Amino acid sequence: MNERISRLRQETLETKPWLSIERAQLLTEFYQQDKTISVPIRRARALAYLMEHKEIAIGRDELIVGERGPAPKGSPTFPELCCHTLDDFEILDTREKISYSVDDRARQIQRDEVIPYWGSRSMRDLIFAEMTPEWKNAYEAGIFTEFMEQRAPGHTVLGDVIYGKGLVDLKAEIDAALLKLDFFNDTEASARRDELRAMAIAADAVIRFAERHAEKAEELARAKASPNRRAELERIAAVCRHVPAHAPRNFWEALQAYWFVHLGVVTELNTWDSFCPGRFDQHLFPFYRKGMEEGELTRNQAKELLECLWVKFNNQPAPPKVGVTAAESGTYTDFANINSGGLRRDGSDGVNDVTYLILEVIDEMHLLQPSSNLQLSAKNPDAFLRRGLEIVREGWGQPSIFNADMVVEELLRQGKSVEDARCGGISGCVETGAFGREAYILTGYFNLPKVLEITLNNGVDPRTGRKIGIETGDPRSFSSYEELFAAFRRQLHWFVDIKVRGNNVIERMYADFMPAPFLSLFVEDCIAKGRDYNDGGPRYNSTYIMGVAPASCTDSLAAIKFHVYDRQAVSMGQVLEALAGNFEGNEKLRLLLWNRSPKFGNDDEYADGILREMFDAFFEEIEGRPNTKGGRYHVNYLSTTCHVYFGSMTGATPDGRRAWEPLADGVSPVQGADRNGPTAVIRSAARLDHARTGGTLLNQKFTPQLLADDAGLDRVAHLVRSYFRLGGHHIQFNVVTAATLRAAQAEPEKYRDLIVRVAGYSDYFCDLTRALQDEIIARTEHEAFASAAAVTAAV
Amino acid sequence: MPVPPDFVATLPATGHAGAVKGFVFNIMRFSLHDGPGIRTTVFLKGCPLRCWWCHNPEGQHMEPEVSWFAERCIRCGDCVRACPHGALLLDEGVLRDADRCQQCGACVDACPAGAHQLAGRWMTVPEVMDEVLKDRVFFEESGGGVTISGGEPLMQGQFVEELLAGCRERRIHIAVETSGFAAADVLRRIRANVDLFLYDVKVMDSERHRDAAGAGNERILRNLEMLARLGRTVIVRVPVVPGVNDDCENLDAMGAFLSPLGLPRIDLLPYHRIGGGKYERLGRPSRMDKVEPPSAEHMESIAARLRQCGFSVQIGG
Repeated sequence: MNERISRLRQETLETKPWLSIERAQLLTEFYQQDKTISVPIRRARALAYLMEHKEIAIGRDELIVGERGPAPKGSPTFPELCCHTLDDFEILDTREKISYSVDDRARQIQRDEVIPYWGSRSMRDLIFAEMTPEWKNAYEAGIFTEFMEQRAPGHTVLGDVIYGKGLVDLKAEIDAALLKLDFFNDTEASARRDELRAMAIAADAVIRFAERHAEKAEELARAKASPNRRAELERIAAVCRHVPAHAPRNFWEALQAYWFVHLGVVTELNTWDSFCPGRFDQHLFPFYRKGMEEGELTRNQAKELLECLWVKFNNQPAPPKVGVTAAESGTYTDFANINSGGLRRDGSDGVNDVTYLILEVIDEMHLLQPSSNLQLSAKNPDAFLRRGLEIVREGWGQPSIFNADMVVEELLRQGKSVEDARCGGISGCVETGAFGREAYILTGYFNLPKVLEITLNNGVDPRTGRKIGIETGDPRSFSSYEELFAAFRRQLHWFVDIKVRGNNVIERMYADFMPAPFLSLFVEDCIAKGRDYNDGGPRYNSTYIMGVAPASCTDSLAAIKFHVYDRQAVSMGQVLEALAGNFEGNEKLRLLLWNRSPKFGNDDEYADGILREMFDAFFEEIEGRPNTKGGRYHVNYLSTTCHVYFGSMTGATPDGRRAWEPLADGVSPVQGADRNGPTAVIRSAARLDHARTGGTLLNQKFTPQLLADDAGLDRVAHLVRSYFRLGGHHIQFNVVTAATLRAAQAEPEKYRDLIVRVAGYSDYFCDLTRALQDEIIARTEHEAFASAAAVTAAV
Repeated sequence: MPVPPDFVATLPATGHAGAVKGFVFNIMRFSLHDGPGIRTTVFLKGCPLRCWWCHNPEGQHMEPEVSWFAERCIRCGDCVRACPHGALLLDEGVLRDADRCQQCGACVDACPAGAHQLAGRWMTVPEVMDEVLKDRVFFEESGGGVTISGGEPLMQGQFVEELLAGCRERRIHIAVETSGFAAADVLRRIRANVDLFLYDVKVMDSERHRDAAGAGNERILRNLEMLARLGRTVIVRVPVVPGVNDDCENLDAMGAFLSPLGLPRIDLLPYHRIGGGKYERLGRPSRMDKVEPPSAEHMESIAARLRQCGFSVQIGG
């Protein structure tokens, strides 16, 4: 890393996140003045207003320019989606973890201008007003969460459009589409016209935003004494005059074009999940190669430019949430996740020189954002995997590793074309998508163990005593495990119905009230169809519900099946009584359930078979249901940090877990339940049919010793390849010792830089809640011989 | 400590009439230090030697044995009530009367906390193969396979022979870890199906060997010569135990013996105390706390000495 990058990196690390009121104020101003009737056009004009009036920031050493806020680490708010109260601001400013400093001016503007306008008309208000009592009961009980109450549908990843076309070219396509509108036969022709006009306005908005950067750079160049910096600023100005209006011509312009598009998308709406460039190595490779061949670019220059961009990503903390969730520590991560490697459109090996360059950048920059992953195909060379693992070895949780061939299989199963599938990858944590062609909206986490808890209580949530489910019978009267499972399925059906009904209502609200014309420019078929990203414009439109803690649910079912029905050594009544009392005075039964029951993650068909049964039940409930955009529902399995929240809403479970403790994450085994080592975990996890999901997450923790030498690195590479051969979707490694983590808990100030993989992303360990910290420590550490000798598992 | 007579014990290969069974005390997956790649190590129970530094004491005796893990015990007393022989007493922990205990495992079944663990189970070849085949994909990806260890696995010659045949048929790489204290004909019978021998050489002087391990070493050295003569792949493994075999005299004798055999690789395994707690759990005395593990410098100097004789030496397995 050169001096410039080292300075920029230091600045982004040292600058504390703060809340910028700029966007909220400008937006409120705009909405008070502009009374355009057409919703998409009004939204596009709002973006134009923001891009025309927001502060332009160009830092002193920067080569890639543009900030989401007025300056680095300034996070805007989105009052049209959710409007912060003054209490929210106070909490954000003062809370211990993930705080955002809020100044008096921001509070004043929020109080006098923003709240009076948006206080009761944000999407959040509109959504809650439309939800049924059943929905609210389930939501408040922690059965499921709802993504869109805080932010807009996101989860799109850019394809290759912007590398071949500028916004001017896209506007020409819009004109052509407008000419083709059929006002004789198409009842929606007028709606399409408005949407297309909105897209054109949004395109101009961001062209103007780039021009303003050019103007600013020229102004700074005139004022600057240093000839070197003057030349750089002149170059920046030239780049900003060309992109994103026109297609990029070189490496620098390609990066800057992407960044302006990124800023446009995340300023238009808060697409919290993970807007990102997707297969960056493949998009950039032609520019890299051309630059090298023509002698206009060196490897070091390319690296410096990439590193400048990395700083840009890291300068943008995720916009903070509102309401009860404001007090919980969220994350600064905005979930941009750079995909490397994988396959090319024609199915050949996608690893190229830029892949290795990007891995080097990730390694050197060591930043929270952007997140990074390897798309590992059987066709990719081992050198690629090993280079990735060398970074994993350093123990800050990046990159995670995905099975590119399984990603393709998942997309093909959903009906994507083979080319679109190969150009796909993952975003956010582990979510599969066809990049640049699909809206794949995550709608909320779904608490599987909680559904079992409601089943065991005949429809009542024991935490509140409220009846929120249906009556599926007193489990004491069930004469077989099959009867219990049938009751669980009926309860599952009840809650999935509630969730899907809510989703469909919310989906229409976003389609009707909150279109995203700028984002729609870049997702294929939106222009051709004249439809918005949020209204079925993309080629593919998927809706996801994310199953949480399948392992906790499996282990709970397995414990009941084993002890109550197979061995008949414990009665259902005894189990229910122990759960109701949180095992107090019943430690013996708790230990029996915890130690002497089949557990997922041990390559044990008894438990793994139950997982498959539960997987099938959840799949059959959700898969293939129609959404409101001409697409279908699918399932995936990730929990981000929600397994901690869901745990805090779920009482004691039959697997021996005490009340309110975290549930299992992703498709990982329950913390500490896997006792046969990593190969057994991998075999258990591979028993799940990953092809019928849109992503699963498997966490494995290793102590640094295992990866210390080349042989250790090889072994981990072999574990990864084996898991993928068995059909796994994703695996990630935490390489730290429990002792290190405990030391960090005790003296956080000494471990501020300690990054750990939380779920589908990494975070600073000291920024996590105590509960989540404890949970990460508890995740089973796998060591080879040394620990096994101490804890012999006798056969 | 009981010293077994100086003859090669070959036990009956079955626990019951009929199918050949092996007496197994552990099957460890993701084993990384007993041969190349990712391996599954099958530990067979029973050993004719009694090395005091043994870190698998639960592998020595040829009968089932219960270990008790104090830190897991919640003192509920279920094991005491379940014991049909009145061998257990609930005190601050659980006390076991060694004379009364029949190692029947009733306490293991009764314990909710998993504080009692039984080592030793008769398994058929197909049962062991089922376990071993679970990690086949990992073997294939990593160039790993199966290691048969112990105890002394060659005490159960017929079982090992059939297990090896099962692995061979499925093209699984096989390593056998042995003390070499075995009947020569067992080695001769199995050798063709073994890809790699991990062969322990401890002390060169037979009397000193007898003092340390409970038996002389003539048979061990003869068997090693035979394997070398037959051209088998052998890695010599030397547990380095301070005061037992780390002296120059022993090392030089070792070099002189091994040189003509054409076995170029020696792995030095520094004595460690990880197994120390196991003696306590088995209710047996241990000498481990009296001896310090060798220092890294000392290990290096031993390695250097053997390298001078032309061996390829590595520290650790």
